[in-house]
This record gives sequence, structure tokens and C-alpha cells, in this order.
Amino acid sequence: MTALMPVLTSRWANERSWTLEAYQAAGGYQALAKALTMPPEEVLNLVKESGLRGRGGAGFPAGMKWSFLPKPDGGPRYLVVNADESEPGTCKDVPLMMADPHGLIEGAIITSYAIGCHSAFIYLRGEVVHVYRRLLAAVREARQAGLLGESVLGSDFSLELTVHAGAGAYICGEETALLDSLEGRRGQPRLKPPFPAVAGLYARPTVVNNVESIASVPWIVDKGADWWKSFGTETSTGVAIFSLSGHVARPGQYEAPLGITMRQLLDLAGGIRPGHELKFWTPGGSSTPMFTAAQLDVPLDYNSVSAAGSMLGTRALQCFDETTCVVRAVSRWMDFYAHESCGKCTPCREGTFWLRAVMRRIEAGQGKMEDLQILEDIPKSIVGRAFCPLGDGAPSSLVSSLRFFRDEYVQHIELGRCPYDHTASYLFQVVTP
Amino acid sequence: MTAPDQVTCTIDGVEVAVPKGTAIIRAAEEVGIMIPRFCDHPLLQPVAACRQCLVDVASPAGPEGKLRAFPKPQPACAMTVTPGMVVSTQVTSPAAKEAQEQVAELILINHPLDCPVCDKGGECPLQNQAMATGRAASRFTEPKNTFRKPLALTPQILLDRERCVLCQRCTRFAMQIPGDPFIALQMRGANQQIGRFDPATLGFAVPPDELADQSLSDPVTPDGEPFAGYFAGNIIQICPVGALTSAAYRFRARPFDLVSTESVAEHDANGSTIRVDYRRGTVLRRLSGNDPVVNQEWISDKDRFGFRWQTASDRLTTPLLRRGGELVPASWSAALAAAAEALGQAAAVGVLPGGRLTLEDALAYEQFTRRVLKSGNVDFRARPANGEEAAFLAHQVAGTGLGVTFEELVNAPAVLFAGFDPEDEGGILYLRLRAAKTPVRALAPFTSRAIRRLGGTVHQVAPGQEAAFLDKMAQDPATEATAGTVIVVGQRLVHSPGGFSAALAAAKKHDAKLVWIPRRAGERAALEAGLLPGLLPGGRFDQAGSAGLDVNQMIEAAAAGKLDALVLGGLEVSDLPDPELAAKAFGKAKVVALNVRREEVSPYADVVLPVAPPQEKAGTYINWEGRPRPFPQVLKSAGLSDAAVLRALAAKLGFELTLAEPGQGQSALADLADLAEPSVRCPAPKQAPGPAPVLAEDEVLLSTWHQLVDDAAGLADEPRLAASAPAPVVRLAPDTAAGLGLTQGELVSVATSRGRIVLPSVIDPDMLEGVVHLPAKSPGSWVLSSLGAASGAVVKLALAASGTEEGEK
Amino acid sequence: MTYRPETLRTLRLDAAAVIARYPAPRSALLPLLHLCQSVDGYVSPDGLAFCAETLGLTSAEVSAVATFYSQFKRQPNGQYTLGVCITALCGLMGGDAVFERLSQYLEVGHDQTTADGMFTLEKIECNAACDYAPVVMVNWEFFDNQTPRSVIELVNDLRAGRAVNPTRGPGPVATFKQVSRVLAGFEDGLSDQGPGAGPSSLAGLRAAGMAGQAPTPGALTDQAPTLAAETPSPTAETPAVAAETSIAEETEPTSPKEAG
Repeated sequence: MTALMPVLTSRWANERSWTLEAYQAAGGYQALAKALTMPPEEVLNLVKESGLRGRGGAGFPAGMKWSFLPKPDGGPRYLVVNADESEPGTCKDVPLMMADPHGLIEGAIITSYAIGCHSAFIYLRGEVVHVYRRLLAAVREARQAGLLGESVLGSDFSLELTVHAGAGAYICGEETALLDSLEGRRGQPRLKPPFPAVAGLYARPTVVNNVESIASVPWIVDKGADWWKSFGTETSTGVAIFSLSGHVARPGQYEAPLGITMRQLLDLAGGIRPGHELKFWTPGGSSTPMFTAAQLDVPLDYNSVSAAGSMLGTRALQCFDETTCVVRAVSRWMDFYAHESCGKCTPCREGTFWLRAVMRRIEAGQGKMEDLQILEDIPKSIVGRAFCPLGDGAPSSLVSSLRFFRDEYVQHIELGRCPYDHTASYLFQVVTP
Repeated sequence: MTAPDQVTCTIDGVEVAVPKGTAIIRAAEEVGIMIPRFCDHPLLQPVAACRQCLVDVASPAGPEGKLRAFPKPQPACAMTVTPGMVVSTQVTSPAAKEAQEQVAELILINHPLDCPVCDKGGECPLQNQAMATGRAASRFTEPKNTFRKPLALTPQILLDRERCVLCQRCTRFAMQIPGDPFIALQMRGANQQIGRFDPATLGFAVPPDELADQSLSDPVTPDGEPFAGYFAGNIIQICPVGALTSAAYRFRARPFDLVSTESVAEHDANGSTIRVDYRRGTVLRRLSGNDPVVNQEWISDKDRFGFRWQTASDRLTTPLLRRGGELVPASWSAALAAAAEALGQAAAVGVLPGGRLTLEDALAYEQFTRRVLKSGNVDFRARPANGEEAAFLAHQVAGTGLGVTFEELVNAPAVLFAGFDPEDEGGILYLRLRAAKTPVRALAPFTSRAIRRLGGTVHQVAPGQEAAFLDKMAQDPATEATAGTVIVVGQRLVHSPGGFSAALAAAKKHDAKLVWIPRRAGERAALEAGLLPGLLPGGRFDQAGSAGLDVNQMIEAAAAGKLDALVLGGLEVSDLPDPELAAKAFGKAKVVALNVRREEVSPYADVVLPVAPPQEKAGTYINWEGRPRPFPQVLKSAGLSDAAVLRALAAKLGFELTLAEPGQGQSALADLADLAEPSVRCPAPKQAPGPAPVLAEDEVLLSTWHQLVDDAAGLADEPRLAASAPAPVVRLAPDTAAGLGLTQGELVSVATSRGRIVLPSVIDPDMLEGVVHLPAKSPGSWVLSSLGAASGAVVKLALAASGTEEGEK
Repeated sequence: MTYRPETLRTLRLDAAAVIARYPAPRSALLPLLHLCQSVDGYVSPDGLAFCAETLGLTSAEVSAVATFYSQFKRQPNGQYTLGVCITALCGLMGGDAVFERLSQYLEVGHDQTTADGMFTLEKIECNAACDYAPVVMVNWEFFDNQTPRSVIELVNDLRAGRAVNPTRGPGPVATFKQVSRVLAGFEDGLSDQGPGAGPSSLAGLRAAGMAGQAPTPGALTDQAPTLAAETPSPTAETPAVAAETSIAEETEPTSPKEAG
């Protein structure tokens, strides 16, 4: 018996899995039919009861988020699906939408029904055009089949679903930046309060949820909250997709109950590539502090990972073996945050700019010992001072790498160069004569 | 006990009660604690972007109300106080102090330390902050971000991007206050910068063929750049660093060398409080004052940049006397003697003092006209005017004191504009209306930029037909007015005979308030001083009936040789109802002119007596509210006020004028009113609306008004300001354009028998058919001078072959 | 604007269709900018003016948005954007070498376009395909598990007019303008092409014994796509790439290159 539990991923290998026909053949849209027989509050309560927590990184209980919407006032309220998957290492929503777009759409319809929304949006990052094609086609098919539009499945519930393509900005994964972007603005986060539940899209009550969260909803409706809770831990219920990447023998998407360990997942993925051993890994993307082999047995649930000093985040398990220069990896992440900082607030804009400059210098062998103090200090000037979580997460890999691998920084400075052969990390062979 | 709408909290151990919804940063100010800030501005929505104002906050939570601290410091600008909140600022919290120091370090890493050459040095919040809490030495050793500098955001606003801390005060101002988002944040992250769409700066490739064609739908400046609005200069003042500077002021002075005097702007009837900064006798810049009841902290660009007319090269320093057909410098005694002789010998004299007077000067004119010249021929209206308006002003406005205020107007449930555009003719009134989200409606042939940005509605009325609309409103109890409506009438209502009468009737019918807003700063004071035929100071009406001639009658009389002499104040021939006739009149009569500069009327004068501009004298304007706006003398000057010159002239004629002490005009006026007989007011005008004109095939109705920034005399010597104004266009309806076979941008000719004006066209789907609109006195569009016609006139419209210049001024 | 009347007419019709999708017109701005790129190959001043006029915005407001998002180009883009992921994971797994090789071969740097207007080379940040590292996005279509050699082949094929198929997406790979039109929300009829899932996407299913039939050839390969060798291109000039030797060409990573 494997520790894996494919649920959301279970249809991905089906023939023409992205079509309505294949989806329905696999039992799709039955949960919607069932939900429509229930009062909306009951659907909401069911999701609340399931303990489903947001799969976009923050892990906020989805049902509770929905229940924050104020009482209906006759005006519109919106569901916005956050499909801006951009956190480095995170690569689960994109394959989900490519293989199983109807799974997301069914979840979006049920969620809309539960929260009283008649106009929903999927905000997809713009850099995955084929996913956009699949979503556009699936929405078209669903509308033609009476699953969207006026009177969904013959009920008196109506829903318009619009798939919107972004245009390249990591910050739009932050829900208020996403809303601004969806309104045709620069994707810069909004001041809270008001929270989106009160004043979100077009200043109306809005629920923003991650793709995987929404795609989990039909399963919960179909099989019940108890079934969902039978997986995972008490506070991290259900199954979730774990994305293994990097120096892994068989990288890919592994769906399992929350609480599985990295050691188990690595075993399933064939371990670190042959002849090598794990050096460090990220539990939830590059915004979460890195782990080493010492944390292989930490259960990958929200609480355990926090207790171990990181965050479960998006379960983006990027693995790096002993050939990897950690300074180089961190320098690249600092490049990433400097590139993606939206520029709104001082700490993030200037802090990531500074970190990038210092990291590039050290990696290039031009570091000074004083730089280490600066690398210790700047993160403190960003974390807890920045406007939004982008800034708070930006220095995570740096801070944690200094904790685990300070010697490597010193080595770069003392040697005046990087001690690693970068080609040794490549996933293809480059042989130097 | 805390009042119901008050919240009590504790800041650095000091308890303070503030209104609900107050931000921590404001509450701290109440107890004298200044939390450092850059992006915060009390009149802008909080953005919490700079993070400089982080403080520690704890608030009561849970059923027992135990204090619970926020896990991280909070922005004091964005968080509002709640009951029992405990705030620890940098004064008492080491954590808050540390957070602020950390942010300050980051703010400075990309900031050039160029304070010694920066205009802001010495009055710079960033500099002060760095001096107070910054590190002695920077730890940042990497290359700083640098940019090409400076960028001209408008002809008068320069941007040095490397100095910018991206607080977004400027972009938020542009968006939130005037609604002119001509600048926005561009790019992202550390490359983020303030800017316009400037292809070269932002790296957009421009194919060669794309430069030529300019869409004119939105106003553009003469250079073809998008019009930035009339209030853009405010961003210079609110920039908390030296990123935004004034082209006119840049590198001219150090703040600590300047002497600042609070004064009142002379360009419109709002009476905005300004700060005038001068050094060694030269005014170098003007800023907005802080006056919550009038202009808050904003002024128009006209008020900010338009001050050099007062020291223009044609400024008069000595009297001028006509000798052998030439005006030549003369001594005061010779000039006064010549003036006295001309006036003393005249059988009939008229006085046109102009609409830019202080109350003190206006009172002097009143005495001079009625007591010295023994004439009733006086009219302050150096612009289109009629008898109905005079009666309206005497009946409704004069002597009524403080009437509808800014506060009342902007909080009215509805405001209806007749013969008045709230921005072009209202200046900062527009900003007050927009800030208050006042529901506005306007009688106009199209939706002006102002009405659009106010979210208002337009009752499409052809120019000249306002009277008919108001008359209908007065007849019909069901129309167009809700309780508490304020009807604003502007001076353009003179072009719709019966308009003032109908406005009075409509206001009465609907229990609406009625307010008259003139364009010029001195009109209300002149009205109070009695500078209209038949009107005495304080609004008293001269029942005796020795009324005298108004501006139209005086010009006609003089042109007909029936007035021997005229006393002219600061006025332009080109602003008078019929400039051609006025020129003729001024050529015929003996003219004594009181001018600041060699002005339009100077060439007609036999004697020109130099008078001091506003910054060289004290005085009082009365704004449209009826609020006295006294101001002190800014610069030492040998210049004499109009009043002082008139006193000297009176003395030559054997009279002694009792002048009001400069700045004390209001009490002098009150004294006069007290001395007077029980007041008799002028009866209300009762004139029926005229018929709508009948148009021939090629004829349309002319709509025109003054753009806020145009060829006004007060904007002389300020080419940058002129370059920032919208380029004039003829606006017309699609059907009208189609009738001519005209496509947008083509030149169109608007003509009368007197002349024509040729301008590019803009097709406005919202324009009333059969009406064309063009600016009244902008470059190439001097309507009164070129057409001898005004709003509501019938004009001929035709396609103009390109290259036609003869109609242009 | 200098669009020809028929172009403008089409643009207006398309814009109206985009605007109709949203409760508020301004939401159409990002799709409209994609639409303009589908016409001009970048956000031209004309396109920008079109967006401003259509949505009632100032040009500054539109450029504020156009310069915020990395997919909007300010210079005429090549027919094919070659986006090489250089974020930590892809970069260290070989994306760096892929980029360097392409840069040398095409003689352009980041965000530059070849003189013939064929290719725009770009360093891109994480594109959500980390399990297919190193990833190259050609016009935002997935080219998984790339090597310096495979991208040179790709470039040569495109130059020679040979059909090049994305790993996960419709083939032959569409042009920048065509893809921009899809990103504006207009379907191109290609949604049914390409696989449902690539091999890595199915790794967990396979490990769980639940992926019976491979949806695509190669999807069931047991061999991890991590041992590819690198062959130098004949035209390679730089030391780093020239040093690569040709071994084990047959272990090239599994890239299901379907025809059509």
C-alpha cells in the first residue's frame, strides 16, 4: 500500500482528460448536481466541516473564509480563483488545469453556489497559454452543456465564469494585488482592511481561493467531510499535491494525505538522482525557509512544518543535491524577489534590491566579511516591515541558508570565487575534456 | 467621558480622545508626537507604502478586553485608533524606533546625497529625518539606481527620479484630488518610477509614422503632450523630497534665504490663501497656504506660477504723459496736474476701474467718482455685462455679507451651474466640489472636463438659452431642484437675457440658494464698494435715480463723443464687450489710466499713473462667498496703491479722500454702512427670456468661455504656464461635423462679419448639434476681439483650408 | 493613432468583445494589451493610445500597466520568444547553460531580438513547470527538459521552417502574435492538441499504480528525464559550450514531440 492518495490528480492520465466528455465519463459534475440539491449554507458548512485549508500557501480554512462574506445585500459578490501559480518550485495548479480543467470549473460552480456568487473569475497567469486554451474551451463546453450561464443544470442558480489571463507578475498571486490586476491595474497589493470578503473585486464582497482549494470542493461535496477528514491530520485535513523537483530521480506531482514526510515522498520518487545525496530542500517554495536532510521526517502538514521552523506553503519541494552551491541558489532567489517586488513599499523594493546586489557580489567572489552582517540585517529590515507577504517571504531562503550553510558564504568570500563546479548540478551531462 | 463620536486611546502614555476614524498618526499629532512619514498626507487616502511611520500597537481583545499587541509594527498613517488602543511610537518603543531606523536606511540607499544642490535642501522631510535618525555613514556600497535627469513632467514641473522615494503623494494627488492622472507609477520594483507615458523614457519603440498623428479627443498642450490639468503644480509642494521641482524656481534660491509671507491669490474670486516667498526684494515662488475654509492646501497653477506679471519688463515705474502723440515718462506732479486738468475740464466723465480691485481701492474709486468727479458713471465690469445683471447684483448680492460658503456649497444636496464652468471659471472650487463628491448639474451644450470629472450631469442647453431653462424651472414646481439646491450663476449668464431674472424666480420657487461667482478677484469687493451705477457702498440703492451709465453705455457715449474723459483702472480692451468700439471710445476721450504695467489701455491714455501690484500693497479681497480676505504687503515698494494715487489726484482737484487703512477695508465698509440711511435695496430684475435665434444653413451658435489658463493679463511673462494649457480647439457635434464633411483634427473656421478664428476641430459625440465651442481668450482664439461676438452669438462655420492664418490673433 | 481603418475596425470589434466579459470595462485592459500585441507584435504607442481611448484612461495610466507586467513588450518582439527559466531551480539544473548557449548562438542578450526579427531571447522567472527543469517557454508554450543542444535544434528547425512542437501544447508552435491573441481571450481551436499531462505530472499517479495507459507516448517512461547528455552544436563557439562533448545522444530526455 502506497502512501500516495491520488484524488485531484486521479483523472490526469485519462484519455482526452480535459474534455467534458472524459470528465463526465469519470463521474464529473455529479458533485455539482448533488450540491444544487442542498441549500447553499449546507454546502458552505460541509466545506467548513471538512477542515479544508487554502492550498495557495497561507493555509487559511476555506470554509471560514467564505463565511466572512457579509450578508447578501442584493449587490454582486464574486469568486476569484487564484490561478497565478508563480511561487518558485510550485507547479501543481498548471498541470491540474491542463489535464483536468473541468475539475476546477466544477469546484468554482459549487463554491459560487455556496457563497451566492453569480459572476466568477479564474485569474490565470498569462505565461501558460495552453492552460488558457484548455480553460477557455472547458468553460465554453460547460456553458454549452448548461453547467454555466442561466439556470445551471436546470436549477434557478445562474453563473457566469470568466477566465482571465494575467501578463507576468508574481505579486499577482497575492490576493489583493490579483484583484487590482483583474481590475486592469498594476498588480500592487491593497491596504487591508477592508478585506476582500468585505470589499474585494469592484469593491464588492469577494472570495479568493487557490485552484487546488477550489478543485478539492467537488470531492468534499461528493464524498463528504468525514471522508476528507479521514486523510491528513487533525488540523491539516485531506489530501494535497506535493511537487517534487530538482535533483530527484523522478520529479513530478505526488498527491498524498497531508502529514506525509519528505522521506516517504523521496522514496516514492526514486530518491535523489543516483550517486548523489540531498543537500537542502524547500518545503513550500522559495519563500519558505529551507530544510536539510535533518528535516526529512517532519510531517508535511501546516503545523508540523511551522513547528520545524518553516512553512508548508505550496508544498513546492525543490530538492538540491550536494553539487549545488547554496550561495548561487540563494542569489538566484534574491534575483527573483528583486525582479518581482512590485515596488510599492520601501522595505521590499529597496531591501530586495540591496540583497540582490550583495548576493551577486559574494557569489562572484567579491564579497567582504562585513557583507555577512548586512545579509543578517537587511532581512530584519524587510520582514515584518513590508506591506505584504512577498517581502516577508523574500529573505527566507537567505536567512535559513545562513543558518545551515554560513561556512559556504565565508568560503566564497575567503576564496574570492565560487568553490563549486556549476555544471555538476545540471540535469544533463556536460563533459569538460 | 468620551463623547459618542470620540475614541480614547493612549499614545506614548498620554491619553487622547479623537474623532472616530482618526489615523494613529493624526491622533499622535494631537498630543504633540510627530511620527515620521513620507507617503502620508492628511488630504490623501492612506497608502502605507513608505513604511516610515511604523509604530507598536496593542488593542484590547477577547471578552475581558486584555491588551493584545500586534505581532509586528503597524503603519500609523493607515491604522485608525480604536477604543483603549495603546500606541507606542519611536518615543517610547525601542522596537518602533528600530523599525523606523531600518526603513530610513532603506529609503536612503538609492537616494543621492545631493542635498547641497537640491532645491528641497533646508525644507526637506527626508533630509530632516536623515539628520534626526539616520546613520552617520551609509552601509550601502553598491551602485545606486541612476536616471537621466531631470524629466519635464509638464513645462513647469521637473522630476529627478533618483531623488524620488516613491511615496506616491503626487500620483495620488493627481488621481484623487483633481482627477487628472497625467502621471502614474511606471515600471516595477526598484525600476519603479513616477512618470507620464514618455516612450523614450519608458523604452517604447516608436515607429516613425506614429509621431505625426495626434488624437485630439483629450486636451493636449501646444506641444502635443497630454494636458496635465490646472492643479499639477501642487505635486511640487507636497513632494516630501526634492524629486519634483518647479522649473521656474529650480536653482534660484535656498529655502533658508527666503522670507515667507502669507497672502491671498489675485487671479480669481476664491481668495485662496497663498504663501509668497521672496529673497532680496524678488518673489521667487508662491505656494499654497493652509486654509481649511477656502482652498485647504491646494491652489491652481495660475495662482502658483502666475506672479511674474507683477514684475514684468513693461512694469511702469514712473507716470507717463502724452507729449506729441507719444507717451513719455513724466514726474508725478506733472502727471497728476495733467490728469487733474483733463478731468477737471471734462463736462462728463466715466470711470471703469476694472474687476481686480481690493476693497480699499474700490472704496477710493467710489469716493473719487461720486464725490470728486460728481459722477454716477462707474462700473467695475470690464467684460460683457448688462443692466439685468447690475440689477441682479444690486438686488441679490451687494451688501449681503458672507452668504453661501464653500462648506455649504460643497455639502449641498445638489448644485446647478448656469453660465459657469466650475473648473475653468471656478479654479479650486472645482477641487472642493470633487473632494466632497457634490452632486452637480450644469446648463451647457456639452459635458465639460470639469463636469465629467465631477461625475455630474449636463442639461444640454444651447448657449444663450439658459434663461429659458431657468424660466421653465421657475414655472414648473416639479423640475430640476431638490430641497437645498444651490444655483450658481456666473457672469456668462449676461449672454442669456432674462437669465438672472429667471434664476431669481427659480430659486424662489424651489427654495434654492443662489450664489453669484464672478471670475475676477475684485468684482465682489467692487460691488460692495458700490462701483455700479445707482449702487452705493454696502448694497444701498440710490433711489434718487441719478444712476449713471454702465460699462456699455459709457463706451457708447465716449465713442459718440458724449463723454469727455475716462478714468480706467486695470482692464483690457480685449475683454470689453465690444473691443472695437471700446478702442474707438478710448481714442476719442481723454483717458487717465491707473496701470501696473504698460497695459492694453495704456496706449489710449493721455496720462498713465503707475500703481502697485498686489504684492506691493496691503489690501482686502472679498471672495465670492462674501468673505473678506485681507492680505499684508509682501514687498517693500515705492509703488502706490490705486487708492493712494486717487487721493493724490483728488488733492490736485481740491478734494481730500478718506482712505481705508490698507487691510482694514472691511471695517471702513462697515462704518459707511452704519452711517447710512436705512438701506433700500434695488428691486429684482424682471426680464423675460429672449427667443431662440433662427439659424441659417451654415450658421451655428457660439459657445465660449475662458480656460482657466489662457492669455489673461495676469499670466504675462510666464511662458511655461502658457505651454501647459490646453491648446485651443473648436468642439462640435458629429452631425455638425458631418454636415461640413469634416474629420477630427481638420481646421475649421468660425466667423462673423467682423472676422474669423481658425482652429483644429474636435468632434464631441456629446456636443449639442448646431453649437460650436471654443476658448474665449486662448492663443489664436480671442473671441471678442476677432469675432466681436460672445457666447450665444450666431456664427458661420466652414471648413478652413489649411494654412489660413488671417483669422488668428 | 495610425492604424488603418480596417485594422481599427477589427480592433474595436475585438475590444468590444473583451470588454463585454467584465462587469467593469477597465478589467479589459490586460487582455486589450495582449490584443494589441497580437496586432503590432508589441505594445506600440498606437496600441497604447487605442487602449487609453477605448477605456477612457490617460496614456500614463495605460503605460503604468503595460510597464508593470513582464509579458508586455515595449520593443517589437521576435516571431518567437525564447524564454529560458533561470530562477534558482531551472537555472541551476542547467537553464543557465541553455540561456548562455542560446545567447551565443543567436548573438543576442536578455530581452533582445535577433536582427532578422525571428527570436527574442528572454530570461524568465519560474514558469510553474519545475518538475520539467530546465524549462524553456517558446511563445509561452512548454518546452520541457531542455538542454543546450535541444534548444539549438529548436532554433535551427524554426529558422528552417520545420514544424516545432511544444512538449505540452499544440504544434507547430504558434507565433508570438497568434499566441497574444489567445491571451486576449480569443480561442484558436487548438485546445484539444497536445497531451493532457506530461510524464512528470503523472509521476505520482504512476507511483501509486494508477496511471494505467499512458496518454502520450513517452509519458510512461520509467527513466527519469535527468540523464541527458549534451552535444555541442557545430556552430558553437564559446569555451563553455564548445567544451561539451557528444555522448549518449540516445539518453536525450523524453520530450513527447507529437506531430500535430
